[in-house]
Amino acid sequence: MPINVLMPALSPTMTEGKIARWLKAEGDAVKSGQVLCEIETDKATMEVEAVDEGTLARILVPGGTEGVKVNAVIAVIAAEGESVSASAAAPAAAAVVAAAAAPAAPAIVASAAAPAADEPDMGETKTMTVREALRDGMAEEMRRDENVYLMGEEVAEYQGAYKVSQGLLQEFGARRVVDTPITEQGFAGLAVGAGFMGLRPIVEFMTWNFSMQAIDQIINSAAKTLYMSGGQMGCPIVFRGPNGAASRVAAQHSQCYASWYAHCPGLKVVSPWSAADHKGLIKAAIRDPNPVLILENEILYGTSGAVPVSADYVVPIGKAKIVRAGKDVTITAFSIMVGKALQAAEELAKIGIDAEVIDLRSIRPLDIDTIVASVKKTNRLVSCEEGWPFAGIGSELGMLMMEQCFDWLDAPVKRVHGLDIPLPYAANLEKLALPQADHIVSAAKAVLYKN
Amino acid sequence: MAPTPPKKKSRADENVPEAADLIKYYRDMLLIRRFEEKAGQMYGMGLIGGFCHLYIGQEAVVVGMQSTITPKDAVITSYRDHGHMLACGMEPGGVMAELTGRIGGYSKGKGGSMHMFSKEKNFYGGHGIVGAQVPLGTGIAFASKYRGETNVSLTYMGDGAVNQGQVYESFNMAQLWKLPVIFIIENNRYGMGTAIERASSTTDFYHRGAAHGIPGEAVDGMNVLSVRAAGLRAVEHARTKGPYILEMQTYRYRGHSMSDPAKYRQKEEVEKMRTQHDPIDSHAKFLLDGGFADEAALKAIDREVKDIATKAAEFAQNSPEPPVSELYTDVLVEAR
Ligand SMILES: Cc1ncc(C[n+]2csc(CCOP(=O)(O)OP(=O)(O)O)c2C)c(N)n1
Ligand SMILES: [Mg+2]
Repeated sequence: MPINVLMPALSPTMTEGKIARWLKAEGDAVKSGQVLCEIETDKATMEVEAVDEGTLARILVPGGTEGVKVNAVIAVIAAEGESVSASAAAPAAAAVVAAAAAPAAPAIVASAAAPAADEPDMGETKTMTVREALRDGMAEEMRRDENVYLMGEEVAEYQGAYKVSQGLLQEFGARRVVDTPITEQGFAGLAVGAGFMGLRPIVEFMTWNFSMQAIDQIINSAAKTLYMSGGQMGCPIVFRGPNGAASRVAAQHSQCYASWYAHCPGLKVVSPWSAADHKGLIKAAIRDPNPVLILENEILYGTSGAVPVSADYVVPIGKAKIVRAGKDVTITAFSIMVGKALQAAEELAKIGIDAEVIDLRSIRPLDIDTIVASVKKTNRLVSCEEGWPFAGIGSELGMLMMEQCFDWLDAPVKRVHGLDIPLPYAANLEKLALPQADHIVSAAKAVLYKN
Repeated sequence: MAPTPPKKKSRADENVPEAADLIKYYRDMLLIRRFEEKAGQMYGMGLIGGFCHLYIGQEAVVVGMQSTITPKDAVITSYRDHGHMLACGMEPGGVMAELTGRIGGYSKGKGGSMHMFSKEKNFYGGHGIVGAQVPLGTGIAFASKYRGETNVSLTYMGDGAVNQGQVYESFNMAQLWKLPVIFIIENNRYGMGTAIERASSTTDFYHRGAAHGIPGEAVDGMNVLSVRAAGLRAVEHARTKGPYILEMQTYRYRGHSMSDPAKYRQKEEVEKMRTQHDPIDSHAKFLLDGGFADEAALKAIDREVKDIATKAAEFAQNSPEPPVSELYTDVLVEAR
């Protein structure tokens, strides 16, 4: 039986990719372990090795084809002595290629909202990914201030485990882009110490999950020293990396740290959604004289948006952004949940509910004024986060409503959040455990008594 | 470094394996290899998600070590755990079904590739946080000593993990309290994309216990019999005197995980290890040269283990996803 070679998935988040080139031609003998072709994912170019032996009978998707879906048949290997007729060949390439114009993830563009007075002018923009926006933000600040340097696991030679620091080693050299051993408590503490001396470290955690090795240094050393020293010395430092669930990486690699770190006085915590805010906030974080934590999101890294080209574009920390104006219900979200909230708002619009969506952007300090003003208008609040409910950001917002909006509320606050369990690995359970747009729609209907 | 392998079985020395054992090591290594190739293939098909770290190239380490312990002894390791589980005698189908996230998996599909356990087989995981298993394995040895037992804990870690601070906290306590733990450093030369020389001030990892007075030795981790010989010394020491360090000099052929393009090393380097130091090929040669087995016998073994891997994959695809009711189970147990 001829063996179909399928387009492989080469990362947890890959759904399609480009066949860069074939290293074997039709008619070539292949042995298991030999490289058949190269495939480009959004992060890397990977080699695909044969697992079966025989002759490469047919190449069905030529080199250079983009958007090839995972699991599409890309070639056929004939076992010894077999022949594969052209007619037996699998579907033509076109059929396996994804519809050319697949929309980028944040397809729902924030437009309706009028820009707030203190929102910086975007000026000239360029479309780029969140990954590039973060990199450009860091690069600009490193050019601006010699004291800024980046350290973390795989940030230099590997160009970042998630390719966020691409090109930085080449531009700034190994003194300022430093690969560390896998010793989070050690390098986090070391960076805090360097911060005491006036350096401005950017510490990348490969993911925030690993910051738990270093949480003592972040809280006890970075957050508290300014206070304990009576204001003599603090620590201008940025801790950053992807936060929350990625895809199927299970309980130990999927936590949201928003409420953990936002709990602590002495820290600032931001968690942007749009590409522009990633650039504007990382620049603000680097310039800030305090410890600032940036909770990024792996799934957002590949999404694109318009990003100001100006090196002076800085988004102030502590300011939320109304990304969709509405009058019936206020929905707050941050990071990846903003996209889901906007999706929910579109659904709600279809049934005549006009939702206002607020991208919190900054968790601590929280932009209380923007949230309160919105709820005084809509009289209802739905809070969204990916993390656990207990003592979460939603709990904080609920309390804020008690303190500042009690007389304006027409319904109890609802929160949408991850289930109160360690994140399961199984695909079906993972999907159920993470909050989706549907949940936001239901919550919004509930606070409008429209169920 | 590698002691010359025993030429022929000798009943006088029980440490010298019999022909049947020598053949079993071959089979066990090949089973891991075929299982991992299958897992890699299934990952490519989207049947396995998340991170998946293959053990291909390192098979001699776990197979050699397993031959030195009894079923009462414990094993604990990192996320690169499939080989350890198969060596512990866990069912290939149950391991593969965990990789596919199905109810037939060892953790009912809730843990995945990096987080798997079998209390029955004394396998304590499967840990996703680099270095975290080291204090845990030390604690397993603490419990053994506490109860007056002599069961040892095989505590595996990578060359990257060995720099974590908690490793040295563990070394200190293990030696202070003379705990029956064997720290096995699987030095496969890279921690993700970082070569050992770029992450470690010294790379003779077997010395890393010296400051605590823990003996250590470097072992040819590509030779199952060298591993076994060193393992026997270590286990003997641990049961009676306290902790021991084995640095297994080994190599991983594949990328760090399925999504690693492995551009940080030369193709020639990988090719050289594969062709000149492969633990399975070299053991096959040893078996053939020594007259312990013939080509036909080895071929039959290959067919047998391929078949096991195929059946495991079938089981893993046919086992249903966990029921929704599993979402909230196992968060806490009821207090009595
Ligand atoms: C505390 C922590 N930091 C970082 C990571 C990400 N990470 C996973 S494996 C790995 C490399 C580990 O290398 P090594 O210890 O040599 O083990 P190997 O993968 O080679 O078996 C890293 C950095 C993690 N899982 N946990
Ligand atoms: Mg390693």
